[in-house]
Amino acid sequence: MAAVSPLLVTRDLCRAFGGLRAVDGVDFSLPEGETHAIIGPNGAGKTTFVSLICGRITPTSGSVVFDGREVSRMPAHRRVRAGIAYTFQITSVFANLTAFDNVALAVQRQLIDARAGGRTAHALAEHGMEALDKVGLAGHADKIAGNLSYGHQRLLEVAMGLALKPRLLILDEPTQGLSDGEIDNFIGLVRQIGEEATVLLIEHNMDVVMALAERITVMEQGRILAQGAPAEIRANEAVQQAYLGG
Amino acid sequence: MTRLSPSAKSIALHVGVVLLLLALNVLLPEYHRGVLARVLVLAVFAMGYNLAFGYTGLLSLGHAMFFAAGLYGAGLTVYHLEWSVWPAFATGLVAGTALALVVGFLALRTTGVAFMIVTLMFAQVFYLTTLYFTTYTRGEEGLVLPQAARVLAFPGGVLNLSDPSTRYLVALALFALVLAVTLFLARAPFGRSLVAIRENEERMRMLGYDVFANKLASVVLSGLVCAAAGAAYAVLFGYVGSGFAAIQYSILPLLWVLVGGAATTLGPLIGTLFMFYVIDTASSYTTAHLLVVGLVLIGVILFFPKGIAGTVRERWLPWLP
Ligand SMILES: Nc1ncnc2c1ncn2[C@@H]1O[C@H](COP(=O)(O)OP(=O)(O)OP(=O)(O)O)[C@@H](O)[C@H]1O
Ligand SMILES: [Mg+2]
Repeated sequence: MAAVSPLLVTRDLCRAFGGLRAVDGVDFSLPEGETHAIIGPNGAGKTTFVSLICGRITPTSGSVVFDGREVSRMPAHRRVRAGIAYTFQITSVFANLTAFDNVALAVQRQLIDARAGGRTAHALAEHGMEALDKVGLAGHADKIAGNLSYGHQRLLEVAMGLALKPRLLILDEPTQGLSDGEIDNFIGLVRQIGEEATVLLIEHNMDVVMALAERITVMEQGRILAQGAPAEIRANEAVQQAYLGG
Repeated sequence: MTRLSPSAKSIALHVGVVLLLLALNVLLPEYHRGVLARVLVLAVFAMGYNLAFGYTGLLSLGHAMFFAAGLYGAGLTVYHLEWSVWPAFATGLVAGTALALVVGFLALRTTGVAFMIVTLMFAQVFYLTTLYFTTYTRGEEGLVLPQAARVLAFPGGVLNLSDPSTRYLVALALFALVLAVTLFLARAPFGRSLVAIRENEERMRMLGYDVFANKLASVVLSGLVCAAAGAAYAVLFGYVGSGFAAIQYSILPLLWVLVGGAATTLGPLIGTLFMFYVIDTASSYTTAHLLVVGLVLIGVILFFPKGIAGTVRERWLPWLP
């Protein structure tokens, strides 16, 4: 295969909190179009690692290259505009606004960036409802986000990410707190998203990981322990000892 | 009758309020018309404060400096340089806007309590500066602008700003303009972005918004409106003094906005009017009027926790902007 340059590359990426090396020399590469899962025990540095990619946290050293451009010093809001969307591990919606208004803020940003002639209420409504529809929240558009169930708030976050029309969508433990039925729907949703965007998924639920991931990275103590296709990871002894519980 | 859409209702309401205020120019007795003219100008000050505090969630304790920058920008140029009202007014606007740009740029590096302290310190520096240059400002005693200088020249003639009716109408014109701008902003993408920043700054950043730039724009616009109020005050009422730069004029707009309803378009007017008359009425009956004012404020907060307009919106009129 010809060497297509990957969408995302990190080189020797480090972030220390005081003496703690939360992310410790991570070399990582993600081809465009892949759905990739990051797993690892609590405190392994998964959230910190993706936060360095999306710009919520600045690295102590190392580089992040997105779409051929060095972005590790770029402020977070500009990385979002460049196509990196992040959904928070701890649900973060505009609790006092309606579900539609939450998504509309993402659409408004996207329309401004696309310099779309239709920065109109019409375009806003259309794209906003489209994103809500994808995650199955169209019927809840007028509800106040803070009053939605926890599972629906998580889906609303995903809808906001989708409305940005990102090239790379980072989902940080999106199924945490969802019911089994909701998780099944969610798997379908991410499959659909994966057709259009590159997805980086942090997930503890191994069923979800095995159902969705084309490749898996296992992190432990800030480092990459193993990387490969789901079957390889399942067979990997070091991973089993460290994480899958033998 | 057809049912009005929320936006048609709110536009009708705002036009109605302005028309009512216009009618009051001929209906009110002289004393109350004078009070209301002053209230309208101070309500503009409160509306400016509301942009930063109500919509954007920036609790500044230094907005007196923006009002005073407008006041001195207009007042000093009229008094010392004998400029006419138009360029003097413009000088006030420029002074307030430039000050807001600098103070905003520095103070917005902080948030929360630190932001309160930093804005307070800047305002204190401004206040002390007006005292330091007593030769030009006459400090607390202040300057009285000569009546002859307080005329507004138009191609068709002149308006005498010390005439009570003219003064009232000019104050109302400024008020109506700022009200219209606020109403427009509250529904525009920019206004919605400010509210969203107030609600969840981190989320906004991760939606690709430049939070700092939006906040800075809010502070600058807020400073411009407050300076417009200050400059108007100078030329309409002909008095310019350090008292307007002191700490109580940073606290007052906060109080007016809280009483009237933060992040509502009409709250600043309601709050300013209400407080003015509570103080006025209380002090005509008792020398302990601050006690009465305190009790009334507690009552308002108990029954209208989101301010008067804010609580009305929450309980009865959800379309109220
Ligand atoms: N802002 C911070 N300040 C100090 N330490 C931090 C900070 N953020 C994370 N850490 C520490 O860095 C390490 C990695 O944390 P991180 O949140 O990245 O782990 P994680 O793999 O996402 O864990 P989880 O599965 O629990 O979400 C942890 O030990 C954590 O306590
Ligand atoms: Mg995490």
